[in-house]
Amino acid sequence: MRVFINGESKEISGTPSLAELINQLDLPATRIAIELNREVVRRNDWSSTILQDDDRIEIVHFVGGGRGGD
Amino acid sequence: MKTAVATADREKLIIGGRAFSSRLIIGTGKYRSHEEMRKAHDASGAEMVTVAVRRVPLDRSSESFLDYLNPALQILPNTAGCYSTEDAVRTARLAREALQTDLVKLEVIGDQTTLFPDNEQTLEAARILVKEGFVVLPYFNDDLIMAKKLLDAGCAAIMPLAAPIGSGLGVQNPANLRIMREQLPDATIIVDAGVGTASDAAIAMELGADGVLMNTAIAEAEDPTKMATAMKLAIEAGRLAYLAGRMPKRLYASASSPLENVIK
Repeated sequence: MRVFINGESKEISGTPSLAELINQLDLPATRIAIELNREVVRRNDWSSTILQDDDRIEIVHFVGGGRGGD
Repeated sequence: MKTAVATADREKLIIGGRAFSSRLIIGTGKYRSHEEMRKAHDASGAEMVTVAVRRVPLDRSSESFLDYLNPALQILPNTAGCYSTEDAVRTARLAREALQTDLVKLEVIGDQTTLFPDNEQTLEAARILVKEGFVVLPYFNDDLIMAKKLLDAGCAAIMPLAAPIGSGLGVQNPANLRIMREQLPDATIIVDAGVGTASDAAIAMELGADGVLMNTAIAEAEDPTKMATAMKLAIEAGRLAYLAGRMPKRLYASASSPLENVIK
């Protein structure tokens, strides 16, 4: 199955949940947030949200920054 | 003096129901090291810092930047880097989910060279976010009419720029800030962007700002810790001067000593 994570195409085996994906990617589970197809998925729903082909996932965290357009 | 200090003590900066003793809000970007940032934050006395939201890198394990911040600080996520209403709203929602805070410093940038705000999209995003329960602090041009619209939309505070972001030019249009203060006496006005050194921060506060948000002025100083201390003092001095009520400006001299009984 192919999904897009932070804009990158990724081949994923099986049908993992968002919680399993975070685990597979070896990401810390705290202080991050996930958007699935442009909608935020609440942390409590990560385990019950199963990925589907062509899903677009954004995983964000926080970085230093005051303001500005980058 | 005693009265002025007591007044300053009593007065807190209130944003979204939270009270802050410090009127300085600072950024977390451009520091040479995490340690340097932490020292500057401590020296500034600031109780709130702003952080940006970005994609997690997938190719390496990333430690949380937030771990380098003093845990006592209130974190104010921002939508820096967003050029549309939609991206700013999405970013704010992600930040709220990750940090469980309803505070957001709203930025919708209109142009890469000047980093001036897109006021129209900022207002649109503010309306959406306020409806969703966010405490919205929008960055915008120093314009009274826009300020009124943002307040009507329900923004908790308004954040007019003093000069372009990262320019260090200081308050370029003091008349606009003064007019905003006089016309919107109940609004919480935080000057955001453009401060370069301590006197700039003091001037913003003397004009009646309730606080100042800055990043580059401290982070790019040769000694950020010293500049953070200078900013802390400047903001306190400017606030006191504003509360004290300055003397009127006159074109001609006015003697301070009695004019009578001078020896002849």
